[in-house]
Amino acid sequence: MNLKPETLAKIDEVIPHYPEKRSAALPLLHLVQEDQGYVAPEAIEWIAQKLAVPPIAIYELVTFYPMFRQKPIGRRHIKVCRTLSCALMGAYRTCEEFEKHFNTYRGDVSPDGEVTIEFVECLASCGTAPVVMIDDELHEKVDSARACQLAVKISAEAANRK
Amino acid sequence: MAEQRRIIFKHIDEPGYAPDLACYLRHGGYEVLRKAIQRKPEELIDEVKKSGLRGRGGAGFPCGVKWTLVDRKSGKPIYLIVNADESEPGTFKDRHIIHQDPHQLIEGIMITCFANNVRQAYIYIRGEFPHGARILERAIAEARAANFAGPNILGSAYGCEIFVHRGAGAYICGEETGMIESLEGKRPYPRIKPPYFPAVLGLYQCPTIVNNVETLCHVKHIADMGGEAYSRIGTPNNTGTRILCVSGQVQRPGYYEFEVGKVTLGQLLNDVCGGPLPGRKFKAVIPGGSSAKVLKFGERYKGKRKAGAEMVDYDWSLEDVPMDFDSLALIGSMGGSGGVIVMDDSVSMVDALANINAFYSHESCGQCTPCREGSQWMQRITTRMVHGEARPEDGALLKSVADQIAGRTICAFGEACAWPTQSFVQKFPDEFKSYAETKKNDPDARAFELV
Repeated sequence: MNLKPETLAKIDEVIPHYPEKRSAALPLLHLVQEDQGYVAPEAIEWIAQKLAVPPIAIYELVTFYPMFRQKPIGRRHIKVCRTLSCALMGAYRTCEEFEKHFNTYRGDVSPDGEVTIEFVECLASCGTAPVVMIDDELHEKVDSARACQLAVKISAEAANRK
Repeated sequence: MAEQRRIIFKHIDEPGYAPDLACYLRHGGYEVLRKAIQRKPEELIDEVKKSGLRGRGGAGFPCGVKWTLVDRKSGKPIYLIVNADESEPGTFKDRHIIHQDPHQLIEGIMITCFANNVRQAYIYIRGEFPHGARILERAIAEARAANFAGPNILGSAYGCEIFVHRGAGAYICGEETGMIESLEGKRPYPRIKPPYFPAVLGLYQCPTIVNNVETLCHVKHIADMGGEAYSRIGTPNNTGTRILCVSGQVQRPGYYEFEVGKVTLGQLLNDVCGGPLPGRKFKAVIPGGSSAKVLKFGERYKGKRKAGAEMVDYDWSLEDVPMDFDSLALIGSMGGSGGVIVMDDSVSMVDALANINAFYSHESCGQCTPCREGSQWMQRITTRMVHGEARPEDGALLKSVADQIAGRTICAFGEACAWPTQSFVQKFPDEFKSYAETKKNDPDARAFELV
C-alpha cells in the first residue's frame, strides 16, 4: 500500500473520532478510494489491520455500499440520477446522450479510459431535474442538450491534457 | 394565496449570505445558544415538548417525546446522531441547509446536545454530498475556534464535540438503526425493536437520539421563541413550519416553506408552483417522498376529523387537502419527508411504478426475506410489463407480492417498498389491466422512458 502522506495523516486524524476503531471503516474506505481511485484487495487487508478487524468486516462493506468500487474507473466519473423526479424530466435521455458521446454503456469505462458513466439513485436535487454529478460537482437541469455540452467540454479537457 | 413563512429557509438563496461564521454572527448567530446554555437542560426539553415539534425526516414522531424516552439512568454516554442522509426520493431540503446555512444546523445541534447532556454528536451525511461534508467540517472548526462547540462551551463547564461521518450511497442508512450500524462500521442492517430502541440501546449500545437536519434547526427557533409561541405557528398537532420540496411535472418546482397545514395541495401546486406544464393536466401526486402512497387527481375524501377538541365533517377534493401530517394520513398517505412528486397526464402509472420499484429493489438491504425477494419481484414484474409482455393479471400479482411484505420486516423499508405498488395498483387498476393494449395502440405515447 502506497498511500500519500496526506492520506495517512487524515487516516490518523479520523480514527480517534470514535470510541471504537471499527467505526472508522467507512471514512478509511473513502480516504483510500480517493487516494487510489478504487479499493484493491490489499487495501481491504490494510484497512482491516489498521482497525484490528478481520478483512471480511471491511470486504462486506465494499460489496454493500454502492459508492465503493473494486476496480479502477475512467478519469472522470459521470453519475446520472435515475430516480423518479429525474426520470420524469428525461434522465434516461440524458444518460443515453453521455453514452453516445463517449461510446460506452452505463457501468463501463469508455474505450479511451476517459469516463465511467453510471446510473445512480436519487441525488437529492429533484427540483432541478435531471441532475448529474461529474466527480464531486453537481450539475442541474441536464437535459440532452446540456448533457451534450458537458460531454464536449470533458472531451476538450481530455484533448488539452494530451 | 397562501404566503410562505420562512423560518428555517430565511437566508437560503439570499444574495450575499455565506456559509461562514462571520456572516452567521452578523445575522444574530449563536445568540440563542448563548442564552440556552444559561438555562436548565430540562427547561429546554420542556420547551421542545410544548412546541409540539414533529420530526421532519419522515415519520413525524414528536421530537420532545423522542427526547423523553432517552435512558438517562444507565450511566452510559448519550449520543446524538444528526440524520443528514437525505435520501428519500423527492426530498432536497437538508441539502440547502447544509450547503448554505450550516451554522444554523450546528447551533440547533449544540442546543439539543446541551438539553440532553450529549457530549458527542455525529452528523451522518450522505456520501453524495462531498461539498456538504467539507462545508460542515469547516463550519464545525469555525464554531469550535469561537467556543460554540468543543470543550467548555462559552465559558461553561459543558463541552461537546461534533464529527462529520460520510455515508456511501446506501438508502437504508437513513433508517435510524441502520444508520447506527453504519456508524459502527458495519453493514447498515436495521436492528429489531424491541430491544434496540435507539433511546436505550443505540450507538455502541448507549442511549442515542437520532434527529433530522431540519428538525434540529427548528429546535434552535423553539429555544429562541419558546415552545408556547412556536406551537401557535402552523395548526394544532401540526405545529411550526415545514419545507415542502416540489419536483416532477409542474411549472415551478422547488422548495417552499409554509406553516404546517396552512397551504393546501391545490394552492401549492397551482398557485405557488404555477400549475401543470403547458397543455397538460395533473394526474397523480406522491405527497411525502417516494414511499408515500400515491394520490389521484379527481379523488374525493370524506369523513370526520378532529379539529382542535371537536370532530368535524370534511369533504375534500385532492386540491383541498391541507399539507400537514394528520390530513395526509387521514386520506391514506403521509407527509413523510415533505417531498412532493408530481405526475401529469403524459405519464403512464405503470412506467412510474417500474421506476420506483427499481429504486426499492436496488436499496433493500437484503436482511429480511419478504423485502429482499418481494422488492425484486415487484421490480421484475413492472420492468417486464414495460419492456416485455404485460398481462392483464399483473396488477393483482403485484398487489399480492406487496401485501406479503408490509408488516413482515424488521424495519419500515418493507412498508416503504410495498406502499407505492399497493397504491398505484389500487388507484389506477385500469392502467395496469390494459397496459399491453395501450402499448400496442400507441407505442410513442410516453414522453420519457422511466425505466
